Amino acid sequence: MPMNITEKIIAAHAGLEEVRPGQMVEVEVDLALANDITAPISIDVMQAAGVKRVHDPDRIVLVPDHFVPNKDIQTALLVKQMRIFAREQGIEKFYELDEMGVEHALLPEKGLVLPGDLVVGADSHTCTYGGLGAFATGMGSTDIAAVFISGRIWLKVPEAMKFVYKGALPRWVGGKDLILMTIGDIGVDGARYRTMEFTGPVIDKLSLENRLTLANMAIEAGAKNGIVAPDEITRAYVESRATRPYIEYASDPDAVYVETREYDVTGMEPQVARPHLPENTVGVSALKDVTIDQAVIGSCTNGRIEDLRLAAEVLRGRKAKSGVRLIVIPATRWIYRTAMEEGLFDVFLDAGGVVSTPTCGPCMGGYMGILADGERAVSTTNRNFVGRMGHVKSEVYLANPAVAAASAVAGRIVGPDDL
Amino acid sequence: MTYKGRAFVYGDDIDTDVIIPARYLNTVDPQELAAHCMEDIDPEFVNKVKPGDIIVGGKNFGCGSSREHAPIAIRASGVSLVVAENFARIFYRNSFNTGFVLVELEDASTRFAMGDEIEVDLTAGRVRNLTQNKEYTFEPIPEFMLELVNDGGLIPHILKKQASA
Repeated sequence: MPMNITEKIIAAHAGLEEVRPGQMVEVEVDLALANDITAPISIDVMQAAGVKRVHDPDRIVLVPDHFVPNKDIQTALLVKQMRIFAREQGIEKFYELDEMGVEHALLPEKGLVLPGDLVVGADSHTCTYGGLGAFATGMGSTDIAAVFISGRIWLKVPEAMKFVYKGALPRWVGGKDLILMTIGDIGVDGARYRTMEFTGPVIDKLSLENRLTLANMAIEAGAKNGIVAPDEITRAYVESRATRPYIEYASDPDAVYVETREYDVTGMEPQVARPHLPENTVGVSALKDVTIDQAVIGSCTNGRIEDLRLAAEVLRGRKAKSGVRLIVIPATRWIYRTAMEEGLFDVFLDAGGVVSTPTCGPCMGGYMGILADGERAVSTTNRNFVGRMGHVKSEVYLANPAVAAASAVAGRIVGPDDL
Repeated sequence: MTYKGRAFVYGDDIDTDVIIPARYLNTVDPQELAAHCMEDIDPEFVNKVKPGDIIVGGKNFGCGSSREHAPIAIRASGVSLVVAENFARIFYRNSFNTGFVLVELEDASTRFAMGDEIEVDLTAGRVRNLTQNKEYTFEPIPEFMLELVNDGGLIPHILKKQASA
C-alpha cells in the first residue's frame, strides 16, 4: 500500500510495515521536549506515580523559554524544579541562559531534530520540526511524562491533506504568508487531527527557516503535524549540525490524501490575520486604517536570523513612528549574537526599538511587552486569541517580519512597499 | 456512568487561552488555576459553577496551546465533563490522559441554553436536556479512551501494562 511521508515515519517508529489513517499505534520516540510551563507537570506526574528514573535521559530536552529569564518568584520555582530534575536524571539537554533560546528555534539550530525523526513535545508548536522532514507533534504534560517513563507514546495515524503551492513568490512574501493564507482558506479547524503536507515548486525553493515557519503554524489549523519532505535545502541545513545518522522519507507518488489544495502565489500580498483567530486572514492592503501601539518581531514562528534580517532591511534608515513600541526578540542566543555582529541591533536601536534576550515572552502574554486595554499590536507570533498578548480588550494582528517592521514605521498596518 | 449538572454553554473555537490565560501559568496548582477558569470569556463562570456542572461547546473546543492546565482548571472548578461538537486534538488527549471525560455531540452548542439541566449517560451514549425535555444520542467514546479513563489516566495505564509485560 502506498504511504505518505508522515505514515512512513510513524510506521518505522511503530515497528510496522505499514500504517493506515485512523489506526492506533504505539511509537518509539526519538526526542521528547518540555518547557517551563509544561515540564513541571510532567515531572510532578512522573514522581507522583512513584517512578524514579526516566527511560532515556538522552532523548529528553528541557528548555525553559516561556518566562525566562525568570519573570517572577513563581516561574523561578518552576525553572528550579526543571533544573534539579535534569541534574538528578542526567538530562544533559537542559538549556538555560548560557545556551538559551525559544525551544523550536533552538532545537533545529543545535541539530537535535533531524529528518525522519519522531518528536513529541509538551508545546503545541512542536509541529515546527516538520519543516525538517520530521514527524513532530504537540502533546500535553502527561503524554510527555509517559515518554519520560517508557520512551513510547500512543498515536492515532492522521489522515493527510496535501497543499501544493505554485507560481512565483513575490518580494516580502514568505512562509508566514503561505501558512496564514492557507489557514484563512481552510479555517482554524480545517486540518483538525490531520497532517498538512506542504509541496510544490514554491516549497521546493523555500528556505529551511521559512519551512520551519510554515510548519510551525500547522497547529493553528488544528493539524497534528505539518511536514515538508527533506531535500537539498534540508541537507544543507542539517549537514553541519547532525551528530547522528538520519533517514530521509518521501511520500509515494500514489500516496492517498483526503484532500488536495493548490494555490498560485503569483501576485500574492503579504497576509495579515485580524483578531481574534488566525483564520481571519486578509491581504495587508485591506488594513491601512488600522493603527498600532506595538510591533513585536520574534517567537518560534518568526524570530530566526532571516526574519531579523528582513525586518532590518525594512527598518534601516527609518524610525518607528512616535508612540509605537518596537520590540525585537531574537529567538536564540546564536541568533542574538549573529544579529548583533551583523549590525542589526544598530538598525533596531536607531529605529527606536528595543532588543530583548531570547524568550517567548509577549507571544502568549507572559511578559516583555504586555498590552493594556484598547491597545493593538502587530506581531510576528502565531496566535491572536482574545487576551493572548495581555488585556482581554487588547488586539493582536499576525503578520510577517517585514510587515511588522513597516507597520512600526507607519504607525498603522502596512506592507514595506507602502512606506 | 451518569453525569448530571447545569450547562455552561459557549460557542466555537474556545481556545486554551480563554480557558486559562497564560498570565496564570506560573503555577501548576489546580485550585489556583480553577480560580481563573474561563476568565477571559466569562468572568462570572468561577462564581457560578457548582460541582458536577457541565461545559458545552461548539466545534474545535480547546484549540490552541498544549497546556494541560486547561483541562486541569476546568476539572478543578468542579466541572464533571465537557460536551462539544468536537475537540482540538491536544485538549482531547490531555483530558483522557488525565482521566477526564469528553463527549462529542453533534450541534452541541445549539441544543442547550445556559443553565439547562443536563444528564449524560456514557454507557448508553445518551445526553438528556432535562430542562427542555429532549434527548440526543452520541457516538460511543472510543474503546481506548475509555480504557484510559477506567485505568485512572495514561500513567496508571502504562504502569499497569509494564507490570503485566
